[in-house]
Amino acid sequence: MSAIPSLFDLSRVPPVDQVGIEERAAGLGRRSIKKEAKRAGIRLAMSMLDLTTLEGKDSEGKVRQLCRKAIRPLPEDPTVPHVAAICVYPNFVAIAKDALGTSGVKVASVATGFPAGQVPLPVKLDDTRRAVEAGADEIDMVIDRGAFLSGEYDRVTDEILAVKEACGAAHLKVILETGELETYDNVRRASDLAMAAGADFIKTSTGKVTPAATAPVVLVMLEAIRDHYLATGRRVGMKPAGGIKTSKQALHLLVLVKETLGDAWLTPDLFRIGASTLANDLLMQLAKESSGRYQNEDYFTKD
Amino acid sequence: MATEIDERAERKAAVRRFEAERPRIEFGTAWEYSPAPESADIVRIEKRENLFIDGKFVPSRSGRVFETINPATEEVLSEVAEGGEADVDAAVRAAEDAHRKRWSRLRPAERGKYIYRIARLMQEKSRELAVLETLNGGKPIKESRDVDVPLAIAHFFYHAGWADKLEYAFPRHRVSSIGVCGQIVPWNFPLLMAAWKIAPALAAGNTVVLKPAETTPLTSLALARICQEADLPPGVVNIVPGAGETGAQLVNHPRVRKVAFTGSTEVGKLIQRAIAGSGKRLSLELGGKAANIVFEDAAIDQAVEGIVNGIYFNQGHVCCAGSRLLVQESVAEKVLEKLKLRIETLRVGDPMDKNTDVGAINSRMQLDKIRELVACGVEEGARLHQSSCALPTKGFFFPPTFFSEVAQSHRIAREEIFGPVLAVMTFRTPDEAVEKANNIPYGLSAGVWTDKGSKIFQITSRMRAGVVWANTFNKFDPASPFGGYKESGFGREGGMHGLRAYVELS
Repeated sequence: MSAIPSLFDLSRVPPVDQVGIEERAAGLGRRSIKKEAKRAGIRLAMSMLDLTTLEGKDSEGKVRQLCRKAIRPLPEDPTVPHVAAICVYPNFVAIAKDALGTSGVKVASVATGFPAGQVPLPVKLDDTRRAVEAGADEIDMVIDRGAFLSGEYDRVTDEILAVKEACGAAHLKVILETGELETYDNVRRASDLAMAAGADFIKTSTGKVTPAATAPVVLVMLEAIRDHYLATGRRVGMKPAGGIKTSKQALHLLVLVKETLGDAWLTPDLFRIGASTLANDLLMQLAKESSGRYQNEDYFTKD
Repeated sequence: MATEIDERAERKAAVRRFEAERPRIEFGTAWEYSPAPESADIVRIEKRENLFIDGKFVPSRSGRVFETINPATEEVLSEVAEGGEADVDAAVRAAEDAHRKRWSRLRPAERGKYIYRIARLMQEKSRELAVLETLNGGKPIKESRDVDVPLAIAHFFYHAGWADKLEYAFPRHRVSSIGVCGQIVPWNFPLLMAAWKIAPALAAGNTVVLKPAETTPLTSLALARICQEADLPPGVVNIVPGAGETGAQLVNHPRVRKVAFTGSTEVGKLIQRAIAGSGKRLSLELGGKAANIVFEDAAIDQAVEGIVNGIYFNQGHVCCAGSRLLVQESVAEKVLEKLKLRIETLRVGDPMDKNTDVGAINSRMQLDKIRELVACGVEEGARLHQSSCALPTKGFFFPPTFFSEVAQSHRIAREEIFGPVLAVMTFRTPDEAVEKANNIPYGLSAGVWTDKGSKIFQITSRMRAGVVWANTFNKFDPASPFGGYKESGFGREGGMHGLRAYVELS
């Protein structure tokens, strides 16, 4: 009973019922997270954050400032945990590495022709290798959605395998860009494919396409991860990214993880949230929990 | 010989090793939800609740009362007046007067206005109604808040719309009202069932005497207060709490023209016998033992959600609960594994906590019945699976439970348990699934799970059940008729079919 599928086997992918998955995700969204659960959840979410800047106007100054925020999100309160990682373009990996030093915050770099992935494979691999050489701990690659949607599953699988190899010791997150895959069936299929090809994490979106990390999409991916783990014993991580702006959304994501994958995944090693503005909302809610009042936005740094 | 035994032992050891190393999902305490109780302070429960007759709250003539409790704590909530023969008679006469003098003569659009007003007042008080329903019945607050109360309101809104359009519901007929309707509702959805009964009756111009269940009279009485507040003419709606005896007096009252009953098949048969030959109209909505059929091509995770919703919704106190699971052999193991995992995340406990999924069993009597049937299932040789959840020490609770390896001939596969207990059986072909699903004296509801559209139509058209859900379960809408085949009763509630039970056509 060796259950490890070495390659992607389409016939093993279960269908996903749209109405059912949306109902379940909405149901879990109605969990009432109050008091201690809220405080603990917000701290946990903060420690799972991949603080992200992926803009054409990114610069060394911007990245260095963001790194400070990553290490010490709330200057006046050192008990607020540092975020999990900084997520940047390959050009800024060395700078981020330097700025983060020994803080424990990891450097994640997007690669493989982010965000469209429409470049030749050798360019993708070169992109990956350079980011790793510059010091990236984690690589966020994009799949070729065009190839996936036209049914060239082997090609997508082979590309992930090749990028995984190019990553060496760096962790590989595979971005499905669920907004372009459109159906839950496709999301499930792409999740299973990416995991079979060796992804350490699967990630919803680039942040450049909407819709991105909706709750039902995240739930489909979490269920795929659960089934993969039960069949193979390998724990794959999950990273929703794109459109996650509020603490409420972040807590909803944690509920999905808690009630689908259980305790083992409630750690930054296996669950990340890719976001840029979420950090300040988490801080604002945390401050409100301790003082009972909402502070205005000028009490939280914009980096 | 010896080697054969060795081999067998070795194989057993290998299986044990495999089981021990098998990947497991642990739902533990890494991040726990804090208690999130809904406040009970928003409802006022009188120490003594009275009967609602002819627009007024009055004590019972006999002075008799019974206690009504919170099944989650076993604390007494109130003493409720118990309707006796004289009270039932007074209520029926008030209803008859109100029918003759006012309600049936009112312009239909005016009747509609009253019903709309009741619906709006219920909306305003929806939080109170939800809290009261949960306190008195034990169901989770999230269900009374998100299902019972909104649906009850929707029934009033829907039927208010019919009040002045009856001739369009029944073209080429003259439509008139019947008279006094004696209605008896159960304890599993006290307010919702009262709405199902009262709303169509009023819309069609009838008046009502309603007897709520003995264990759950409080929301019906709250609805009576709403009728008062809506200035509904006295006598149009009368609420007479009591036990079986009160119900019998209502059913047998000679001035009652129509009887509507929701409850057990046993009592339904008694009622049918009692009013035979009396000319009274009757609709019965009785027990069920619905089959949820899961085919191998179904979306398995969503099917598991449907199974859970089908049997653990409202602690399984649902006449249309999906209490039998028929799963295709090729996916049976997978479905059971997922189901085992899923019931571990059901949160059982304080019904007032907003995160509770499974609340309290409605009464000690019901809890005893569930325990007895579960013990019987074990004795008959079915395999028991239960959630490992901790149960509160006070109150009536039972963990989410299912049996695998159940045979069609087991009692747990034949009898309505009316609790959070599922019987799982397997099948090989679609024909076998249909045969097994229909092979039961009940026929209230059924569910079919497949990703293949054509199969849905092939299977559902062969099911002898009043409601068949495809890729979902326990969905209700006031526009959709609900009711049973065979021992699940007759007559429909909801939609135009339901309206038919409350009109005289000529």
